[in-house]
Amino acid sequence: MVIVDRRANPQGKSLANRERFLERVRGDVKRAVADTIARRRVADVDVEEEVRVRVDGTEEPSFATTAEGEHDYVLPGPGTLNRGDRIRKPQGGDGRGNGRKAGRGSGEDPFEFTLTRDEFLNYFLDELELPRLARTSLMQERMSKPQRAGISIYGYPSALDVRRTMRNSLARRIALRRPDKSALERLEDRIAAARAAGDEEELAQAEAALAAARRRMARIPYVDPIDVRYARHERRPQPATEAAMFCLMDVSGSMTEHMKDLAKRFFMLLHLFLGRRYERVHVVFIRHTERAAEVDEETFFRSRETGGTLVSSALDVMLEVQQARFPRDRFNLYVAQASDGDNDSADRARVAHLMQGQILPIVRYFAYVETGADRGAFPHHAGRRTSELWDTYESLADEHEHLAMRRLNDGAAVWGVLADLFAKSNRVPA
Amino acid sequence: MALLFDGAEWDFQTLDAIHRACEEIAVGEFGLQVYPNQIEVITSEQMLDAYSSNGLPLMYSHWSFGKRFARDEVLYRQGYQGLAYEIVINASPCISYIMEENTATLQALVIAHACFGHNHFFRNNYLFRQWTDAEAILGYLAFAKAYVAECEERQGRAAVERILDAAHALRPQGIHRYPKRRWRLAEETERARARREHEETSYDPLMRTVPNFRTGQEPPEAREQMETAVRARLRLPEENLLYFCEKHSPRLAGWERELIRIVRVLAQYFYPQAQTKVANEGCATYCHYEIMTRLHESGRINDGALLEFLHSHSSVILQPDLSDQRFSGWNPYALGFAIMRDLARVAREPDEEDRAWFPSFAGNGDPWGVLRDVWANYRDEGLIRQFLGPKVMRAFRMVHLADRSADPDYRINDIHDEDGYRRIASLLADQYEPANLAPLIEAADVDLFGSRTLKLVHDSHRGARLEGELAKKTLQHMQVLWGYRVCLQERDAETGRVLTEYASA
Repeated sequence: MVIVDRRANPQGKSLANRERFLERVRGDVKRAVADTIARRRVADVDVEEEVRVRVDGTEEPSFATTAEGEHDYVLPGPGTLNRGDRIRKPQGGDGRGNGRKAGRGSGEDPFEFTLTRDEFLNYFLDELELPRLARTSLMQERMSKPQRAGISIYGYPSALDVRRTMRNSLARRIALRRPDKSALERLEDRIAAARAAGDEEELAQAEAALAAARRRMARIPYVDPIDVRYARHERRPQPATEAAMFCLMDVSGSMTEHMKDLAKRFFMLLHLFLGRRYERVHVVFIRHTERAAEVDEETFFRSRETGGTLVSSALDVMLEVQQARFPRDRFNLYVAQASDGDNDSADRARVAHLMQGQILPIVRYFAYVETGADRGAFPHHAGRRTSELWDTYESLADEHEHLAMRRLNDGAAVWGVLADLFAKSNRVPA
Repeated sequence: MALLFDGAEWDFQTLDAIHRACEEIAVGEFGLQVYPNQIEVITSEQMLDAYSSNGLPLMYSHWSFGKRFARDEVLYRQGYQGLAYEIVINASPCISYIMEENTATLQALVIAHACFGHNHFFRNNYLFRQWTDAEAILGYLAFAKAYVAECEERQGRAAVERILDAAHALRPQGIHRYPKRRWRLAEETERARARREHEETSYDPLMRTVPNFRTGQEPPEAREQMETAVRARLRLPEENLLYFCEKHSPRLAGWERELIRIVRVLAQYFYPQAQTKVANEGCATYCHYEIMTRLHESGRINDGALLEFLHSHSSVILQPDLSDQRFSGWNPYALGFAIMRDLARVAREPDEEDRAWFPSFAGNGDPWGVLRDVWANYRDEGLIRQFLGPKVMRAFRMVHLADRSADPDYRINDIHDEDGYRRIASLLADQYEPANLAPLIEAADVDLFGSRTLKLVHDSHRGARLEGELAKKTLQHMQVLWGYRVCLQERDAETGRVLTEYASA
């Protein structure tokens, strides 16, 4: 008889099957992911919370019979039945189901299962069509780096600290008076001398001393396990300060739900990115029409205002909040702005001035997405069909490479506006 | 004698001691013959894993296993479904999975049940001896897994899934019900290689020569002759549809045939299990009951452990009757255990009734001899037909319920009394007839000189009809395997009248 402990075997033997299954129910999974994104707060994109997927359509058909026809069953009875007794058939469906056979093979009950955090993120990033490399850096946990952290008596051979080990070995050999090679040689010389002199007594003594020295040498090892020292490494999180992320959005009537949904994904992706780089990320939501205000997330995405559009008002509020709570020497500042591009033309000079003079110098990255779907995809070829705000920013973008701007029609374009940021992300933020 | 364990805790020494104590009783006293045992301790997650692949330790990759896992996991997490205490694999050595969270008593129960009860049944029952190759199954599974993975790499996952999906749909129709020859699984790997080689060096002219006859210039006798010859080679009718496609489908590539064969081999491997649920579980349950009782009598387990065991045992053999909310058909553990216990009693201390029913062994004083014979030589259908005694029928208060689709009510036609015993035993045995496990569908004809449509036939017995939607979907899968249109005729078995026709699109 053999007993095998399989508990330590690699878990997740069915991962390959799960992956195939997810592929099979891709439509259902996507729907669940979209619902979850709509429900979750920007800062919670990657929390460990169950994402439930309801599966309807994975039939595995095979031939089966209906309840029709003549069937005879022998069953355990309650003891009160007699010949000729009648039992009403359960009424259900088209009246021919007899309870026992219904459900056997005939389609399948839909069921729910849950996605892991990684699977959810994968689908989220899939929709945004993130390049593989950027994805891996997002999926991994917070960045850390191995650092030397003293010495240890356990470790990998490659981490052996030879100098320290030998120092211990030497100290021990001296303390235990382990004879070294020269001592043996001296004794051998003594023997040779005694033999030459024919001094029997001296010869016997010297030989005994040599034998004792050899025994001592064998008993006390040159390097003993207790001498061995290893360099120890610890994974330390990257030194990271805090970041503040300002989400600016135009909430005037011209922003549709679809535009807002795109904007939300854009904010989420930026947050996900920042969350990997910084210990803490503060999110500030500022909405504006012709007036701007800092609001909570719920209001930010849900409410709708009427009125004109003054982008500078939002920039003003942003600067106010920044000066009050997020000094630039302690926070890395990021701005993400979503708008349909409308702005009062009288506001143009002020926006340019604020951006150039006050905002762009202090932020690490300013990402602007324009969600107006109906303008030409190629602004340069479409003549005067670009928006007011787009023109304003475009004039600035040439001088400031950390101002990125894109037009968004679907989720796949969200990635583009952050691409430069990701490209730089291999550098550690200072 | 010393206690094997005290309390719920156990370690590997405990398992070893329990196994040895059980072995002394099972082999020494009861005369069971078993394969060597291998006990594997696993976690609940690994148990779920094993569930999803039909309890096999190795399985090729397919989405349906992932689906089963996802569903079982949710049911388990939410507490709707407990996990089995054990899974046992018909292999040599006989592998039993036991879960780490079981108490020592449960482990003893599991060892007695699986390592001796099921193990003895696997080794001795004629169906398992005939159909399964316990020495080679693990090797074959490893081959199948590697083969499917290789196909996915060479042909792409979608192409492999297309064939596997189709073969899975026809799994119930992929079984030889009557033995041809015993599988030699060890030869399968070699055969797969030979198939590829053969394919590279030759081709099968069966279908390819046929279109020559389209010209219509040949004399009709020659054409007829040809047709007869081809038909003879197809050996129609054929009830094993997977076998038929593997051998004769005109369009499949060699690797596709091999995939069908893998599905078919595994379906065949499980076929004896489907036919012996009552006998197998009855054997295992009776063994664990007797072994645990003996352990208690000989002072190897204490009263607390015995009570814990009895609690588990009685929930395993719970049989709600048909008026009960929990009723969902027969519990094979309950029915099997009751029959085995009754047989042992008849052998030991029969009364007049028993002598009349079981004259051949009543009172022969050798209950284990009787049981070993039953376990070796019967499947469920035979077991019930020959060994279901009146006492068991009375204990379950069995009734015969007639279900006629014209009648809005069920009718009780027979009950457990003198007039009813014989009919009840025989009808219950019919219920376990292997032909009733899955609808019997035969490949009947192929249109050799035209569209190459394959014609399937389902004989409707006593008005039993196929579910139409499922039939159409399954035919779609059959078409994937056959390569051309497939139609299915449903005929009345008595009159031969055609009831319905389905066809793949």
